[in-house]
Amino acid sequence: MGFWRKYVFSIDHKVIGIQYAVTGLLFLSCGFCLMMLMRWQLAYPGQPIPFIGSWLGDTRAPGGIMLPDFYNQLGAMHGTIMVFLGVVPLAVGGFGNFVLPLQIGAVDMAFPKLNMISYWCLFVGGVIMLGSFFLPGGAAQSGWTSYAPLADIAPTGQTAWLFGMIFLITSSLLGSMNFIVTTIQLRAKGLTFFRLPFFVWAQFVTSFLLLLAFPPLEAAGVLQLMDRLAGTSFFLPTGLVVSGEILQVSGGGSPLLWQHLFWFLAHPEVYVLILPAMGIVAEIIANNTRKPLWGYRSMVYSVIVLGFLSFVVWAHHMFITGMGTVMSSFFQTTTMIMSIPSVILLSCLFISLYGASIRFNTPMLFALAFLPMFGIGGLTGLPLGLSAPDIALHDTYYVIGHFHYIVAPGTIFALFAGIYYWFPKATGRRMSEFLGKLHFWPSLIFMNGVFMPMFIQGFAGVSRRLADGGVTYSFAGNVTPLNRMMSWSAWGLALAQLPFIINFFMSMRSGVKVGNNPWHATTLEWQAPSPPPHGNFTQDIVVSHGPYEYSVPGQKEDFLPQNQPAEA
Amino acid sequence: MEIPYIVEPRQDTGLNNGKLGIWLFLASEVMLFGALFAAYIMMRVGGPTWPLGASILNVPMATLNTLVLITSSITMVMAWASLMRRNYSAYQLYMFATVGLGLVFLTVKYFEYGHKFHDGLYPSTSTFLAIYFTLTGLHMLHVIAGMVVITYFALAGRSMFRKNPQWLTNRVENTGLFWHFVDLVWIFLFPVLYLM
Amino acid sequence: MTNHAEAIDQHIRTYLLVFGSLIVLTLLTVGSWHFLHLPIGPHIAVALIIATIKATLVACFFMHLISERKLILAVLALTVVFFFVLLLLPVMTSLGDQVGH
Repeated sequence: MGFWRKYVFSIDHKVIGIQYAVTGLLFLSCGFCLMMLMRWQLAYPGQPIPFIGSWLGDTRAPGGIMLPDFYNQLGAMHGTIMVFLGVVPLAVGGFGNFVLPLQIGAVDMAFPKLNMISYWCLFVGGVIMLGSFFLPGGAAQSGWTSYAPLADIAPTGQTAWLFGMIFLITSSLLGSMNFIVTTIQLRAKGLTFFRLPFFVWAQFVTSFLLLLAFPPLEAAGVLQLMDRLAGTSFFLPTGLVVSGEILQVSGGGSPLLWQHLFWFLAHPEVYVLILPAMGIVAEIIANNTRKPLWGYRSMVYSVIVLGFLSFVVWAHHMFITGMGTVMSSFFQTTTMIMSIPSVILLSCLFISLYGASIRFNTPMLFALAFLPMFGIGGLTGLPLGLSAPDIALHDTYYVIGHFHYIVAPGTIFALFAGIYYWFPKATGRRMSEFLGKLHFWPSLIFMNGVFMPMFIQGFAGVSRRLADGGVTYSFAGNVTPLNRMMSWSAWGLALAQLPFIINFFMSMRSGVKVGNNPWHATTLEWQAPSPPPHGNFTQDIVVSHGPYEYSVPGQKEDFLPQNQPAEA
Repeated sequence: MEIPYIVEPRQDTGLNNGKLGIWLFLASEVMLFGALFAAYIMMRVGGPTWPLGASILNVPMATLNTLVLITSSITMVMAWASLMRRNYSAYQLYMFATVGLGLVFLTVKYFEYGHKFHDGLYPSTSTFLAIYFTLTGLHMLHVIAGMVVITYFALAGRSMFRKNPQWLTNRVENTGLFWHFVDLVWIFLFPVLYLM
Repeated sequence: MTNHAEAIDQHIRTYLLVFGSLIVLTLLTVGSWHFLHLPIGPHIAVALIIATIKATLVACFFMHLISERKLILAVLALTVVFFFVLLLLPVMTSLGDQVGH
């Protein structure tokens, strides 16, 4: 096999998984850089950006001072890149591809070529998104939600955003089909559905969300493209006034249609971001508490219910569109119902810790930090899910704080945990514990430094879309000084990632070599060699029991791999 | 290394991988067209007036196209039945007939579109025409995609047939599922756009 | 093997029957529009009912859903539920309008 076939256009699920993961990590850092630029503008509005300000060009930051338009581009693209090009490729594409076939004892994904195509669709989509910054008028600037009619009349960057999204959606659709077929068809002998590791369940439900929720956004994207390119008025109402003039279009469209179709995807998308993270955390907690997960079955049922309900709550993002009390009541009820399975999941993970003698290694630290961080994110979501308090909090920094607690110290911590946990499987070497802890503790502190003050600002009523952080608004006077603290925390957070980057590359070359099963884990991926060869397993896999048989009484070892029968 | 259940069904699910895969794909297609139909209803209910499709569009041509697509569905299913009987030449004939009927459909559509443009009716003219062009255009892309795949299996099928006839049969069945779905979408598009 | 061939012949007879019904139903739709001149409500109902019958025929026989495995039917049932949720979008928006004003 030549170099290109083996490492670039590979059809091996492990190589594709690593491609996804590396791409995802690169885009995460890219989105993070956009955010750091924004944080300068928020902390020191109107002051020239140090060091790189002069490189940005006169159309973006004349004299190094950021224009509001450019701030909007950064905001829209930060959201898009983080969600669709950072977390999803890493959590679903990366971990899903690498771990899922190994955990079910399969030789590869069901459709290896399709797998390769879905990665390259993602790649093309990413290139289009990044390239759009260099178009005249810059990248998309109507927020990651691309609300119409604003997005309909935005500069060319929005068209690029839509084309990019169509590639990303195609990638996710092909990927999710592949995951579902693989999970159903390629499970090893004896691996029934209730013997699947929780991670596989989480990916399985996630794939269904992607499969059924993404097409409506694709349809919405097509409609918006028609609006922008063919002059239709799907989202343009009659008599729309732009810059003081009535727009010459046929009219009759509905801006609310875009919001409905967008949130029909984007709410399930939240669960696409969080469920794989939950899966990773569950694996690591079971492994490092040396106990079975508490309430495995109720967790599985919860994740299924969660997936199902996530399709009928989307309009809680639209309480202030004036949709009337009947619909508001309906959607706030479904939203409150949906918090029940979320709480069950989190409670099961917490209770799993009870009475355990916990191994505090780096993956476990990240997994443990996930629990309270996700808890904060979830609980602060409750006031937003109720239509009355949402009127005050909608579109303020409170919302930003809420969902960042879920995705940043929540999901991203879980993803770091996953990287530290499965790194030995992918490379045959372990990552440094010292550098790992040097990565973890500052990250935890700075994350909270960035996001906790957002709740305070939100309560004070600071809007999330102000290019100057609120300095021109008198009511925001008391809370704007917090911006500096948040910005310095963000830059500190960037520094805190250096140990991770050093650790990642150093351990790849000179980490401590490990055997097949360095964590003494029970799930099937640890029965393959590290790194696994093409085709994965060197022995036939027959599963004889559930996924978390830790500390089984009467056994010699404190772990019983899924394919090894218990000693009598 | 060989991936299991490509040809033979897995015992507990009774399915091969491709069959499950194509149905999942069709499920996502249902959601795609579902969203577009929702957009149609919203435009129609929200608009002050809505024209009767027949007053703008050409019903006889669309009726012809409906019959053409239905016929292409039966030739497609006959191609699969011929493979089940291991009759390759009949299979190839039916496949080419299906592609030919697809071409007829596209030609009729070409004249329909041309006529509209000639009359100065564009997607930007009205919301009705906007949704008409979007829905039929997207449907047309599906027809073209289906034709590409059918042509591929008609031309490259012989070596697959020699190597593993059952595999080719399965793949043609899955292609057929997609083709029938495209037909099924048109069955709804025709009354919704032209007759209501 | 003869049984197998017979089964396929039986299949083909069914296909031709379905094909005939589809043609008839198409002509019926066009005919009802051309000759009956119903008021718009019943007219839409008739057209959609005929379309649904045709779609059911295609799905059941050409796409073999009538003898398909439970797993695929389950996937489709799930999809249909969410499909109807999607179709409810416009209803919800207009319902909101009525209550809101």
